[in-house]
Amino acid sequence: MTNAPQTSASTNNGPALSVCWSCKGPVAWGGLFCGTCKAVQPPVPLDHFARLGLKRDFDIKVPVLDQLYFGFQRQLHPDRFAAAAPKAKQISQSQAVAFNDAYETLKDPLTRAAYLLDLLGEKVEGEGAHTIVDEELLMDQLERREALMEADNPAAVEAIARHAKLDAETTLSALASDFASGDKIAAKRGYLRLKYLVKLGEEARARRARLTLAR
Amino acid sequence: MLLQIHEPGETPLPHETEKGLAVGIDLGTTNSVVAFARDQKAEIVRDARGVGLVPSVVAYFDDGDPLVGERARLELLDNPEAVVSSIKRLMGRGVDELVKLGDALPYELGPPADGGMARLKIGERLLTPVEISADILRAVKQRAEIALGRAVDCAVVTVPAYFDDAARTATRDAARLAGLEVLRLVAEPTAAALAYGLDSQAEGLYAVYDLGGGTFDFSLLRLERGVFQVLATGGDAALGGDDFDNAIAQRFMGERSDKLDRDHVKQALVTARLAKECLTDRDDWDGFLDLGEAESAHKLTRAEFEKLIAPLVERTIEIAAATLEDAGVTPDQLGGVVLVGGSTRVPLVRARVAEFFGKPPLTDIDPDEVVAVGAALQAEALTAGSDTLLLDVLPLSLGLETMGGIVEKVVERNTPIPVSRAQEFTTYQDGQNAMALHVVQGEREMVDQCRSLARFTLDGIPPMVAGAARIRVTFAVDADGLLTVAAKEATTGVESRIEVKPSYGLTEDEMAAMLRASIDNAQDDMERRLLTEARVEARRAVNAVQAALAADADLLSAEEQARINETIDVVERAMSSTDRAAIQGAAEELEHRTKIFAERRMDRGIRKALAGRAVADIGG
Repeated sequence: MTNAPQTSASTNNGPALSVCWSCKGPVAWGGLFCGTCKAVQPPVPLDHFARLGLKRDFDIKVPVLDQLYFGFQRQLHPDRFAAAAPKAKQISQSQAVAFNDAYETLKDPLTRAAYLLDLLGEKVEGEGAHTIVDEELLMDQLERREALMEADNPAAVEAIARHAKLDAETTLSALASDFASGDKIAAKRGYLRLKYLVKLGEEARARRARLTLAR
Repeated sequence: MLLQIHEPGETPLPHETEKGLAVGIDLGTTNSVVAFARDQKAEIVRDARGVGLVPSVVAYFDDGDPLVGERARLELLDNPEAVVSSIKRLMGRGVDELVKLGDALPYELGPPADGGMARLKIGERLLTPVEISADILRAVKQRAEIALGRAVDCAVVTVPAYFDDAARTATRDAARLAGLEVLRLVAEPTAAALAYGLDSQAEGLYAVYDLGGGTFDFSLLRLERGVFQVLATGGDAALGGDDFDNAIAQRFMGERSDKLDRDHVKQALVTARLAKECLTDRDDWDGFLDLGEAESAHKLTRAEFEKLIAPLVERTIEIAAATLEDAGVTPDQLGGVVLVGGSTRVPLVRARVAEFFGKPPLTDIDPDEVVAVGAALQAEALTAGSDTLLLDVLPLSLGLETMGGIVEKVVERNTPIPVSRAQEFTTYQDGQNAMALHVVQGEREMVDQCRSLARFTLDGIPPMVAGAARIRVTFAVDADGLLTVAAKEATTGVESRIEVKPSYGLTEDEMAAMLRASIDNAQDDMERRLLTEARVEARRAVNAVQAALAADADLLSAEEQARINETIDVVERAMSSTDRAAIQGAAEELEHRTKIFAERRMDRGIRKALAGRAVADIGG
């Protein structure tokens, strides 16, 4: 594994050191480049927020995220290492992969919410996810699906899509305040609701495209 | 300039500092273009008459070297059986797919290569699309070398954004066969955006509509202070100007009563293309088809032509609309739409694009040359360094076949690359000791509707009850969009790693044999690569030690320091030779002799860190 620290001089919570793979000298744990020989260092295991230098918080400004991400990729993208030694190229690729992964997860509020809930010990996706049953959501889902199936012209579908979009925005701001107040259960409900509204929006788009083509 | 004369076979290997130049190449379906950039200004390499386009046409006669470009195109009417055009459409395609094309494929197929790659029978020769593309690249490389007066050995080569892994791999192999190291495969629309963005300092959202001879790409990008971020891409790898020609040719042939053979079809296509080009500026065309037994007269008006191609043009607009929709962007949010590809000269195409996007498209840079300009700029950025950055995405989802022929997606399309994703699978039978993995690419749910990329088997799984094994499959896509797949059984660590090669591609042996056969590169392409790599690695080792000396030389006695400096001298001397073993040996010796130095530096680092914490503790 390239992304494990090679050696660590850390005891408990002290400042940790790794060995630079190139000049074999000390590097601060998690540093991107060796302070002495400037060689790029492999990624260390960090959560996506920490990797991008963000607070562990749902309320992220996407333009800020973009700027941070661009800043890291400017330094670490494999294009910057086209003429470098093979090992440096390979490390830059694993760094770029780690930052792409962090960026992709945090950019979209839905994946960001799922990831943050997972970090908070409330897994909502994949194996070991605890699901909750939200009767109100189920009923709502049923009704809107039915309405979508019955909509037979693009304008009717558009109305459903618009409604879903507005509700998604309301849900999103509620989700942000649930995370801010540390109400994990409410955040979980909000996440499931948002997920369903996003999916409904996608289905509405697909249906509208079909109806438009059929004309 | 002084010319150095060498005996044949004694040509020295190029030294690190006198490396060949890096160019940008647009390897197109209809035409190829090469450009070279210096100080962020790209120039198209032109012939004596000022022509930058090299027709992507190759003529093979039983004796002599293949003819490439305009001269090959002129052979189309007299010797159609010897001429290959639009080979890009066959890159990465399986034999089955080509057989399905039937009459639409104007070539005879020979027995496939061992790796399964299709081969065309041209006269006496059996040629893969990779070899034919390599002949085009070799000609383009030579054109650049003559114009620049220097060897060219590296290139950024563009590919349609919508090219799958098989077609990208085939393109990279073709370049290698032509003696070119591919610095990066760049998506054509991304290259075009780079050319525009750097030229105009544009910022914001831009779309690139790229309709070439054989492929359609549509990309949505964000441009911001030197960053070119692809947000979404869509397309059709088999839709282009060739299909316009085909529609016209079919109409003309339908107006005749005779049944035409495959060479006649090629000739009819030449006439159809002339008619198409003529209708760009005029309202009608008339001419003759002189084929086989009879000559026939044909007429075509612009309105008739537009009716013939309208369904094709509508398909491009649908793809553009779907791609924008996917990204949640509406046409009015776009700062501009860039037109790329010769087929965007067709008036109907321009009119529909303008109508759909609600603004006139950008055509300041010649649509036939813009991709090569962008490729050259990127070649310079990669070799000389630059502040611009291309962030591209995976064009088509990658997945694995699961029970019932259903595709489980592992990496979704439009994910930024490089990317690495893992998925876990398990066994479904007690004691199952092997697992077959089938890697596919595409958006459909069923395996048979996606492109099959590779099959491999993970064996040696220790006997366990069904569902107990944990098989972790990792897909890694690099910045070129090329995939490597590895599989590992997690409880035991049994591992199987392959670089995915298309199932119908070339085996390593076939590639090696082709490299040997190509005279240009018989001069140990491989040895040169390894030598360069050894030098780069030795340079890195020396730089690292010198940086360490600059920081911590006080940890060494004068004697120790002198010994290290001596070893550095040995490495430097070895590096100026062509003896790879000596270079590697010297670099290893340097590593060995600096071991103690490295230990002392680590000790100092730890002491400093502890001291720092002690101070912090007191302060806290």
